[in-house]
Amino acid sequence: MVRFILHRVLQSILVVFGVLVIVFLMVHLVPGDPAQVLFGDAPVPKAQVEEVRHALGLDQPLPFQLARYLHGAARGDLGRSLKTDRPVASDLARAIPSTAELAIAAMALAVAGGVFFGIVSASSRNTWLDSGVSILALLGISFPTFWTGLLLIWLFSVRLEWFPITGQHSLRHLVLPAVTLGWYAGAILARLVRSGMLEVLGQDYIRTAWAKGVTKRRILAWHALRNGLIPVITVASVQFGTLLGGAVVVETVFARDGVGRMLVLAILQKDFPEVQGAVLILALAYSFSNLLADLFYGFIDPRVRYG
Amino acid sequence: MAIALSRTQMQRGRWSRVVPFLQRLSPAAKLSLVIVFCLSLPLIAPRWLAPYDPTAVAPSEIFQPPSARHWLGTDQFGRDILSRLIYGARNSLTLGLVSVSLSVLISVPLGLAAGYYRGPLDAVTMRVVDIVMAFPGILLALVVIAILGPGLTNAMIAVGIGEAPAYTRVVRGSTLVVREQSYIEAARAIGTRDYRIIKDYVFPNVIQALIVIATVGFAVAIVIGSSLGFLGLGAQPPAAEWGTMVSDGRNYLRTEWWISAFPGATIGMVVLAINVLGDALRDILDPRLR
Repeated sequence: MVRFILHRVLQSILVVFGVLVIVFLMVHLVPGDPAQVLFGDAPVPKAQVEEVRHALGLDQPLPFQLARYLHGAARGDLGRSLKTDRPVASDLARAIPSTAELAIAAMALAVAGGVFFGIVSASSRNTWLDSGVSILALLGISFPTFWTGLLLIWLFSVRLEWFPITGQHSLRHLVLPAVTLGWYAGAILARLVRSGMLEVLGQDYIRTAWAKGVTKRRILAWHALRNGLIPVITVASVQFGTLLGGAVVVETVFARDGVGRMLVLAILQKDFPEVQGAVLILALAYSFSNLLADLFYGFIDPRVRYG
Repeated sequence: MAIALSRTQMQRGRWSRVVPFLQRLSPAAKLSLVIVFCLSLPLIAPRWLAPYDPTAVAPSEIFQPPSARHWLGTDQFGRDILSRLIYGARNSLTLGLVSVSLSVLISVPLGLAAGYYRGPLDAVTMRVVDIVMAFPGILLALVVIAILGPGLTNAMIAVGIGEAPAYTRVVRGSTLVVREQSYIEAARAIGTRDYRIIKDYVFPNVIQALIVIATVGFAVAIVIGSSLGFLGLGAQPPAAEWGTMVSDGRNYLRTEWWISAFPGATIGMVVLAINVLGDALRDILDPRLR
């Protein structure tokens, strides 16, 4: 077990390092001069560009710059916004709670809904209930989040006036964005739980349970669910990533000041330090959730550890 | 069995397999095929189908609800929604096709080489894939857009690169299974060179998995591409693109709902149809993935 954890943590460190290198290289991959890129399209005197180049160390060798970037990142220094001159780290600190709140709420909805509807649909196989869940899941997978979001706004905010359209100051503001984001991930989980449960329900030990007179409810909740849920953990962690990516779109639809909204605005304004900061945080959050899921997976399923 | 089949017989053999293949599709999958086919028509010649110029601004015609004149209404610039949808089909579907092709072009050589040769090449490729996949979903495409700048062409490249790591994993995974088969061992035993083994024996057996992921990937590419358009990072105005059209109408939901509704419904319908087809294809081509 220790070996497995060590191996997995090392792998994560490698990924995090790679992510940092890619984020660092972004500025250098932009066609043109990095110092000029930092000024955007504004016409700037050459002397000023040179000054910035020197101040930011862009005239030094690339590995040296990378070391400097890593050193800064390790201390929480991610540079300053080119537009507002505020430290990127403090902008992030302001945006993270909103995104975290959204991602966690959406994930909770997705897991609860996915598992519940997956079980319902597996236990009433080939009925109208099963078909209904399948259609709901297929819609969730197929509709782009910005479209689902607008549909929900139209129905629940414009027509029924149950929820506010945009903003982020109360729990009522959180409902529609979380449902929008959670529907997609929940749909994938529901399909997975359904097929996982169906597979498990065909096993010999389930037949044994039936034979000795265990009730249906107990078979589903006790015998089948435990084994049907194992793959859900991995997929849920992958879905958490998709959800973090999806937050970029949902935050734009519902005008929430989260990391995703910050990223889109920064890309539009060519504010590179802000882009780098936002991308870094989202990728790191995803890597961390993956690590946790893998460790948990290894903990409950010994085959993973020795695989 | 006749050993010598004439050329026409062989061709008939190939085509005669299409009909039973179509018959095996469920009614929903057949309907999806028809939807995808109909929506692909604008790819060839939108000019013949669209009643109006998609970018023509008509101040006297703004915010027209759906009518006999404008079947799906007009937007805040008086542009005909139907015409924009038809031209938009070309942009959105081309984006899907180009980016899926790009993903396939990147992933097939990488996945085949990594899976077939194993060793350090495989280790390095998969570590890089791991790192790149730490940018989930739309995020990798956003990184590419941040580097290249917004625009339809850049969105195609961004989505293509963004989805390539997932394809690479699938191709490598299938290659790993195929390379252990005894016919590969046999090919090696008679001295076939690696390049020929990969091209003639491994690749044809990987292609089914590739078709399945490319079909689903086509749907994903359309969603990500239109999301980029919606965010203002894909196709730029006044070009007609489905995601951009939804974004155009989002401030008029209360009264002029048709501006967003029709493009959004079109994206949903196409993606739904492709997903249903993808499920059907997977069931037929690769039952193991079910």
